[in-house]
Amino acid sequence: MTKFPYNEIVLEHFKHPHNVGEIEEADGKAIEGSPACGDMVSVTIKVDPDKNTIDDIKFQSYGCASNIATGSIITDLARGKTLDEAKKVSWKDASEELGGLPPIKAHCSVLAVEGLRAAIRDYEERNGLVTEREPTTLKTIEKRLKHVMNPLMGLDIVRTDLVKSVSFEGGIVKVVVDLDESHQFAQAIKNDIAEKIEPLWDVELVEVEFTG
Amino acid sequence: MFGETTYLDNSATTRLDERVLEAMQPYFFETYAVATSEFGYSLGIEAREALDAARGVLAARLGAAPEELVFTSGSTESSNLALKGVALALGGKKGRHLVTTRIEDFPVLNTARALERQGFEVTWLDVDGDGLVDPDAVRAALRQDTILLSVQHANQEIGTVQDIDAIAKIAYDAHVLLHTDATHTFTRLPIDVSGSGAAASAGAGAGEEGETSPESGADLGIGRREGAPGPDLVTISAHTIHGPRGVGALYVRDRTPIRKWMDGGFQEYDLRAGVEDIPGAVGFAAAAGLVTPKENERLRALRDRLLDCALGEIPHTTLNGHRTRRTPQNANVTFHFVEGESITLQLDMRGFAVSTGSACFSKSLEASHVISGIGGDHERAHGSVRFSFGRFNSMEDVDNVIEAAAEVVAQLRAISPLAPKD
Repeated sequence: MTKFPYNEIVLEHFKHPHNVGEIEEADGKAIEGSPACGDMVSVTIKVDPDKNTIDDIKFQSYGCASNIATGSIITDLARGKTLDEAKKVSWKDASEELGGLPPIKAHCSVLAVEGLRAAIRDYEERNGLVTEREPTTLKTIEKRLKHVMNPLMGLDIVRTDLVKSVSFEGGIVKVVVDLDESHQFAQAIKNDIAEKIEPLWDVELVEVEFTG
Repeated sequence: MFGETTYLDNSATTRLDERVLEAMQPYFFETYAVATSEFGYSLGIEAREALDAARGVLAARLGAAPEELVFTSGSTESSNLALKGVALALGGKKGRHLVTTRIEDFPVLNTARALERQGFEVTWLDVDGDGLVDPDAVRAALRQDTILLSVQHANQEIGTVQDIDAIAKIAYDAHVLLHTDATHTFTRLPIDVSGSGAAASAGAGAGEEGETSPESGADLGIGRREGAPGPDLVTISAHTIHGPRGVGALYVRDRTPIRKWMDGGFQEYDLRAGVEDIPGAVGFAAAAGLVTPKENERLRALRDRLLDCALGEIPHTTLNGHRTRRTPQNANVTFHFVEGESITLQLDMRGFAVSTGSACFSKSLEASHVISGIGGDHERAHGSVRFSFGRFNSMEDVDNVIEAAAEVVAQLRAISPLAPKD
């Protein structure tokens, strides 16, 4: 008996992923993750504006088996759903549908779920459908910083203790990173932080400082 | 299905050679006594003689005296003994400073980190894009209070071979002990610690065929010049050369200040406590005896073919490690725009076992410290794949794995958002 690290359903989606590609003239699109840091997923959607449903959805993956399999299942699950329903599709749903993913792989596979939500958000922002505007808190910022990778470790900068402090005052977010400014990844991390925090509606400026 | 697996992960471990098992067998079932002193009972004396004979064979392979070789449970223990043993002996006297490289394998890397936590100071040397340490940087790092320099002979992932002769000269001139982890080079490249210069002509160890061409690996060996100083401590292992797992040794130059760190009995010249593993020692010696210069030439040919094909036929592929200063058995490349675990899993489903430096493949979810050590970003580690060869691989295996890899990489690129569209 050959033992593979994943179950049959996951392997099947990995070998023959559904909904692969990129929709031209998509109504919403998003890229989650970054090649400098680890896995990356792109999601494009086509939306029926009358029914507010996802008519077509495609993904691309630069990632491991669980990342690819999750991209495949999540696009299956979202197709035909209303935007509100699709937003609620979670990593847990994907994992259950796939017959169980190893918990250690949550990090790689959750990217596909985030890609789906980001593509929907992109559609809503473009079409002025964003209504809820909750004020940004340090918690929101930290949550977003958890998506910034530390390329040295392949883990996020919060988990690897690179974030020394975070403050948010008068629309200005200041993040202090425990790294030398001349470090080979300093610039990549700085850009990544700005990219993740700047879209918050009440953030005007993102300042990243290095300790060294 | 397992029987059909083409195993190309020989740098992780190798399949035992049947002849090694045969040599070991009598020491499980017939001569199973502990090694007694020469005044013990006959079964114990026989066991002692077998242990000494194995020690003699392995020591000779290194140009060392038999009493300079200490059997251990493998590379991990050998390197622990080298670093901790010297730290115990000299930490309260000469100083508390060690020097090593950023790309060492875990036994040295994490032992040095453990010593750091105990108050020792460690200087971590950078390597260049090929994985080579700059001898000038070594010289600059050594101080009055430096007790040990540890530089691997060859790297476990990218196969790059350091110029240990040049580094040994620097250590010698600075009165600093030198340890080298030769887990991936023992018998694969010539090593002679005696200062006789034998490595230059000994070929890859066996000595019956003189080899002098650069391709033979002689110029990558240790001890190429007569009278040149050699390393004081060398880690070697059996399971990387088709020997048994759980057996290794540490060469300890006569009069090297070192103390045992694992307490117990007085075995192995009072440097390694515990009942000796006589079948293991016998198996290690048998395994070393089976590696010939001819076999090393064959592995080099497999490696070169794999590299030529991967770099020449699969687009967007880059080499990891040095092209010529590398071990005969190691090929490592990065297939850009795709992720390593996806590649290894796809290859596994086609019957090939290989490994990757991608974070997704590792237990710790950390990308290879070796690839980041050579200045590679996460992306380079992400798609890195190591193919490592052994006795049971053929040229056909290389052709098959290249064909499969080309297919797999193309498939994965077809779904990658990064791959350039053709």
